[in-house]
Amino acid sequence: MSAPMSAPVTDEVVVLEVVERPLTTGRRVGLGVVLVLLGAVSVKYLGLAIDSGSKAHLKLGPATGTAHVPDIVVPGRGIGIALGVVVLALGVYQIARGFNRRQMPWVLAVGFLLFLVAFLCWVSARGSGTELDVLGLLQNSVALAVPLILGALAGILCERSGVINVAIEGQMLAGAWAGALFGSVAGGFIGLVSAGIAGALMGLILALFAIRYLVNQVVLGVVLNVFALGLTGFFYDAFMQPHTAALNTPSVLGPINIPVLHSIPVLGPLLFESNIVVYLAYVLIVVVDVALFRTRWGLRTRAVGEHPKAADTVGIKVLALRYRNVVMGGAVAGLGGAYFTIGSVGGFGKNITAGNGFIALAAVIFGRWSPRGAVGAALLFGFASALQTMLSINVPGIPSNFLAMLPYVATIFAVAGLVGRVKAPAADGEPYVKG
Amino acid sequence: MSAPLTDPAATPQAAAPVAPDAGKGRFAANSVVVTLLAFVVALVIGAILIAIADPATQDASKYFFQYPWDTFTDAGKAIGNGYLALFEGAIFNPNTASNGTLAGYLGPISETLVNATPLILGGLSVGLAFRAGLFNIGGQGQVVMGAVFAGYVGFHWHMPVVIHLVAAVVAGAIGGALWGGIAGFLKARTGAHEVITTIMLNYVAIYLLGYLLSVKGFQAPPYGQAISNTVEHNATLPPLLGDSLRVHSGLILALLAAVFVWWLLSRSTLGFRLKAVGANQFAARTAGMSVERSYLTVMLIAGALAGLAGVTQILGTNTQITGDIDAGIGFDAITVALLGRANPGGMVLAGLLFGALHAGGTQMQSSTGTPIDLVQVIQSLIVLFIAAPAVIRAIFRLRTSGEGVGQQLAKGWNG
Repeated sequence: MSAPMSAPVTDEVVVLEVVERPLTTGRRVGLGVVLVLLGAVSVKYLGLAIDSGSKAHLKLGPATGTAHVPDIVVPGRGIGIALGVVVLALGVYQIARGFNRRQMPWVLAVGFLLFLVAFLCWVSARGSGTELDVLGLLQNSVALAVPLILGALAGILCERSGVINVAIEGQMLAGAWAGALFGSVAGGFIGLVSAGIAGALMGLILALFAIRYLVNQVVLGVVLNVFALGLTGFFYDAFMQPHTAALNTPSVLGPINIPVLHSIPVLGPLLFESNIVVYLAYVLIVVVDVALFRTRWGLRTRAVGEHPKAADTVGIKVLALRYRNVVMGGAVAGLGGAYFTIGSVGGFGKNITAGNGFIALAAVIFGRWSPRGAVGAALLFGFASALQTMLSINVPGIPSNFLAMLPYVATIFAVAGLVGRVKAPAADGEPYVKG
Repeated sequence: MSAPLTDPAATPQAAAPVAPDAGKGRFAANSVVVTLLAFVVALVIGAILIAIADPATQDASKYFFQYPWDTFTDAGKAIGNGYLALFEGAIFNPNTASNGTLAGYLGPISETLVNATPLILGGLSVGLAFRAGLFNIGGQGQVVMGAVFAGYVGFHWHMPVVIHLVAAVVAGAIGGALWGGIAGFLKARTGAHEVITTIMLNYVAIYLLGYLLSVKGFQAPPYGQAISNTVEHNATLPPLLGDSLRVHSGLILALLAAVFVWWLLSRSTLGFRLKAVGANQFAARTAGMSVERSYLTVMLIAGALAGLAGVTQILGTNTQITGDIDAGIGFDAITVALLGRANPGGMVLAGLLFGALHAGGTQMQSSTGTPIDLVQVIQSLIVLFIAAPAVIRAIFRLRTSGEGVGQQLAKGWNG
């Protein structure tokens, strides 16, 4: 910064700019072409293909009540063309001049969002103005994302402290099972608590074998998933199936309306008319995010996950912290599992979590081991799933199986195209042995 | 807090190089003992579960404090009957053997081999990927795609006897290789972790199959059920021991595949490269090997092997594709690979063992009512305990050493 002392002092000021590495030309043009294509598709197929008279009719709130919002009615043809032109313009600018590295994700997000709005308007307008329940779509997205969020938070708790958790699925399954069983015997609240405990016990097994017996953690996770699947299936067949009335008919946790907040238009019915598991998820998102980056526990957790030896040297109890985090993670995943039984349908069925734990694991990695990123990934997946369901109702003709692939294909593209080589916490999966 | 510090196995995996030859004999002997004891522990836990699930034992336990002995005799009876049925379903059943037919004598063994065939092939797929440092959870999707490709050639093409079978088998291998190759390609090109991509590809394959089972030309008439056309007789794998037994020449295919994997890993340059990449990708890269190409190659081969598992399912065991053609093979294959310690010979034995457990489990469920899920529990416990020999050593107070299975196999996210 300062000129050499021996040189005569001049009034020349050396300004050191932070030079940003520009995107490579190929990548710049590539991203631009994607936007141009989206815009073009939007103009041609979502705009011009619609009759000039038909309107898009989007529903954003309940028909009556305090949270009522008037439905949005726009000309279908105009909106498709208008939004398409905006996306097109973004793409052309990107090819010609290029947005910088920091703007790029936002530009892409806006481009995709506009395309999505145009698409939803198209879905509504092509059916000559069928009402499209956008609120319902978003509600479904959140509902599908909640267990993924809880599972992903469980993964983050474990992996930030250096224990790979591939067993999220098993922990969720155990939670779902315990929730249904004890929810039937002793009521919903006890069911919820039992789900947490069951998940924590699965977490304890993971911790014990990973931390004390130094078993390869990826292998361990897979084996524990098989174990949980077998054990819950066994007990289901042996007890819950024959005595369904007594052991597998828990009361479903009812929705609780949060005073004041639930009458906010759109957001109220979307977020504040849910059951307790969903509210727990909100709280946990904030708690984990704040705790991980703003508290002593969080600093220690991250230290142990990145460099356990250094952490040990300054007096942090590495193994104890790992045990605690893995068990807590298991409990959180167990709550996520409870969402599948007492949180929505009540009864347990074999393999009721249906691979959601693995999707949650993908969300952890996709979100780069940060709570916010993982929540975003879970919401994205939830939205893709909800969109899939909506399209299969509103757009007959697309085979439902192809729509069902949508969330998974989207995840592959996201992981391969956007995320690529991610960096896990440096000591993730490495057992720590003192000395 | 108290890690077993005195334990020589307790070195972090990064610091543990390939075991020197001097310790090899001792290691092998120990691993056999540990495997056997892992078995015993898993079966004991399974026995407890059988007793818990048995209605008679449940009834007796209600007056446990008056007549505790009743509970134990009932439990013993349930466990005995359960494991006897398991044995009868898997190895030899005196009741069916008494009618003197070949099927009566060899039926259970035949069932074991039928169940073992796809497990061996799937295990080889997962094990080979392990050796190259990749964790292939995509067995399910690869099995499905193998079955779809082989089935399509089997019922849609019309060819002479031997050629049709060969074409269908090759098509199945290509189908699996394609599906595995996608994951390998993505890993090599973009670094996308194979655990995620293979899991997602499983779902994509399942839904693709669901779609195909609703398309004319693939779906069997009268188009009411989600089931495919029937594979032509020319394309089926011929039975090994006559028509009365289900065991088919897919078993030969599996054994040949095991020999191939053995040759690949221990006798070929490619195998050396794959193992080098698996042991330490940075060292391999420094030595001038293309890590990316290895990832793609190994996933192609692993996918083809899993595809062959699908082939034996559709051309041998069944002749029509249904939605659950995979039958859990993709995930069971992981446990087979782990139990077999990713060695071709070991994986054949592990496949036979789990095949026997599956065959016996079916018999156990039908004759004693014990849910077949018990097999899954036993299977996972066996692998869990052989992966943690320290637990077995602690239970039986053994003074042996040896590293747990899988320690060198699967890499973490940064691997």
